[in-house]
Amino acid sequence: MGFYDFLIQYWPRLLTGTGVTLAQFLLAAVIGIAISLCMGLMKLSQNALMRGAAVTYIEIFRGTSLVVQLYWIFFVLPLFGLTIEKFTAGYLAVGMNIGAYGAELVRGGILSVPKGQWEAALAINMSPAQRMRRIILPQALVSMLPPWGNLMIELLKGTALVSLISVADLMFEARQINASTFLSAQVFGAALVIYYVLARFLVTPFMRWLERHMARKLGRA
Amino acid sequence: MFDWKWDFTWEILPRLISATGNTLIAAGAGYVIAVVLGLMLALAQRTPSRAVTFTVREFVEFIRSTPLILQIFFVFYVGPQFGIRLSPWMSGMIAIGLHYACYLSEVYRGGIESVPKGQWEAAIALNMTTVQKYRRVIIPQAIPPALAGMGNYLVGIFKDTPMLSVIGVAELIHTANAIGSENYRFLEPYTMVGIIFLAISLPAAGLIRLFEGYVRRKLGL
Amino acid sequence: MLDKTGFPLEITGEDTPMVSFRKVNKSYGALTVLDDLDLDVAAGEMVSIIGPSGSGKTTVLRMLMTLERINGGVIYVDGKPLTHMPRGGQLVSANERHLRSRRADIGMCFQHFNLFPHMTALENCMEGPVQVLGLPKAEARDRSEELLELVGMIAKKDQHPSRLSGGQQQRVAIARALAMRPKVMLFDEVTSALDPEVIGEVTNVIRQLVSEHNLTMLMVTHQMGFARDISDRVCFFYGGRIEEQGPPTQLFGNPQRERTQQFLSAVREAV
Ligand SMILES: Nc1ncnc2c1ncn2[C@@H]1O[C@H](COP(=O)(O)OP(=O)(O)OP(=O)(O)O)[C@@H](O)[C@H]1O
Ligand SMILES: [Mg+2]
Repeated sequence: MGFYDFLIQYWPRLLTGTGVTLAQFLLAAVIGIAISLCMGLMKLSQNALMRGAAVTYIEIFRGTSLVVQLYWIFFVLPLFGLTIEKFTAGYLAVGMNIGAYGAELVRGGILSVPKGQWEAALAINMSPAQRMRRIILPQALVSMLPPWGNLMIELLKGTALVSLISVADLMFEARQINASTFLSAQVFGAALVIYYVLARFLVTPFMRWLERHMARKLGRA
Repeated sequence: MFDWKWDFTWEILPRLISATGNTLIAAGAGYVIAVVLGLMLALAQRTPSRAVTFTVREFVEFIRSTPLILQIFFVFYVGPQFGIRLSPWMSGMIAIGLHYACYLSEVYRGGIESVPKGQWEAAIALNMTTVQKYRRVIIPQAIPPALAGMGNYLVGIFKDTPMLSVIGVAELIHTANAIGSENYRFLEPYTMVGIIFLAISLPAAGLIRLFEGYVRRKLGL
Repeated sequence: MLDKTGFPLEITGEDTPMVSFRKVNKSYGALTVLDDLDLDVAAGEMVSIIGPSGSGKTTVLRMLMTLERINGGVIYVDGKPLTHMPRGGQLVSANERHLRSRRADIGMCFQHFNLFPHMTALENCMEGPVQVLGLPKAEARDRSEELLELVGMIAKKDQHPSRLSGGQQQRVAIARALAMRPKVMLFDEVTSALDPEVIGEVTNVIRQLVSEHNLTMLMVTHQMGFARDISDRVCFFYGGRIEEQGPPTQLFGNPQRERTQQFLSAVREAV
């Protein structure tokens, strides 16, 4: 079957798969960003207990594989009475994994803000929370956005693994179609192109826009 | 702890350890391919031919923005459609080697670009050929700044080997899946796999940092 | 024999200059850096190039080292075209192979030394002879050690550049260039990146080269006293042309052109 005929016949399934992939991506991104901020700040905390917790989290999630984390969350957590539906388990695992990488970016971004900024914020008598939220984080954000762009691409690619626990994302649909038709080149080729288009023409331009937007907001454009 | 069975853990440990061997072989072989192929991809982007540079650049971008697991399926299933049968190991090594070659080519590129312009000029002043310039002057200086990235991707490739399980490579996760479904117990195998990953990747990261320092000293940088 | 644009395919005769720029032009986009430059340097001559910043001094040396392509004219070294090669009675732009065969006559020292950081002083000097000239290691080593001796760096021959001072690095760089046995040596502000107290170690080495070796040298410098002492001729560059040239006593003692006078008095005031 030619590629065109293939697309005519199977585009609805590829499209729903893509929809699920995007949903997984967005939900995982929300979780990942929240965890990044949380763990990144904790790792910088004065409190040794907080620091220890953050380091443990980061090392565990960066030291093991996303596939392992996914299986563990989906197959093992229920044994502790924590049954998570597969759709949720999917974006949860991907988000938690990315969060560990993002935490390092947050930490690095905060550390890159010059010391004078902390001191100036202190000098106008801001509370620690105010200093962080009003002065430090906005500047840290600008400097860490470029690596976040790469991380978001990793996140998008990471969502393909949720197919391993049968979440019906693009990867999963592609495998299903392949199993029933053996049109491997067509279906996997189409899926590759879709992922590429999402990464190159959706995620990357958005992140670039965000970079520019944030830089402008800080008057650095 | 909860329902943890130690005797079962001990029973499955030998199987997991031998699977660890496979995982390490897969990671090692994939890495060797990636290191060599990545260098070729990096150098291909420095040829005077715009067309070659552009094509290679776009190819690298494409591979980097699409999921490895999908590429693994692609290599494994598309071959037979055209009469080329590749074993799971073979397909896996091609896919993972190529994927990481693209990442490493970016690392090399960064390394090469970090070599000051004066070094190129000194090499010309000594009347070196292009090959001599790269081999004697540029690459030795491009390696140290690239080492951190190269090390990260060595650990990265190791953590991505579980994806090979989907085409039947008997690495750690594949073995854990098998143990789990034979015994209807997932807690121990998945947890043990996680621990094995941690036990290898954490020290590896440390060793890589030591090695980096060693190379720097050795080159007198 | 002349090619159709009027440039000789080769310069022959008794007093063939070692280096000859003929109507050389160089521009970066709209900016003309060298404007129909004519400059001959005789074999064994030491020529200093002085002039204000941006006047094209470095560019002259970089073109001669073939680090930069020229936009017009021809450069000859030892009578044979460097930037061009003869093809069927015509001079055509040189290809990489031609450049490589002609570059062997030229050596260069840079403002920022550009030593190879991953090699020791001795290895830096041996690199060209072994890799490019194909000399046996032992011979290259002897030659390099001799030159390191000459520049007073033999005691530090096994040090990497990061362990050497600027003056020491520059002396190694001179030895490295000499190890290739060039006919022409180029020095581009070799003392500008150095602390004042170590400038002397480098200038002394160059002085020694001038008095004891029959090398052709082109030197860009901001040290007027040094240029006056050791040059056979001084060229004052202004706006991509040679505004004035002559023996140092004349150019420094009795400059004819107004721009030269202005430049020299400005330099004197700054000191
Ligand atoms: N790669 C380049 N691209 C564009 N312009 C250049 C480039 N290299 C040099 N120029 C310009 O060419 C002109 C001459 O430069 P050159 O380096 O020869 O000056 P110079 O006489 O050596 O000055 P200085 O005393 O500051 O070293 C300058 O105006 C410079 O800005
Ligand atoms: Mg200059």
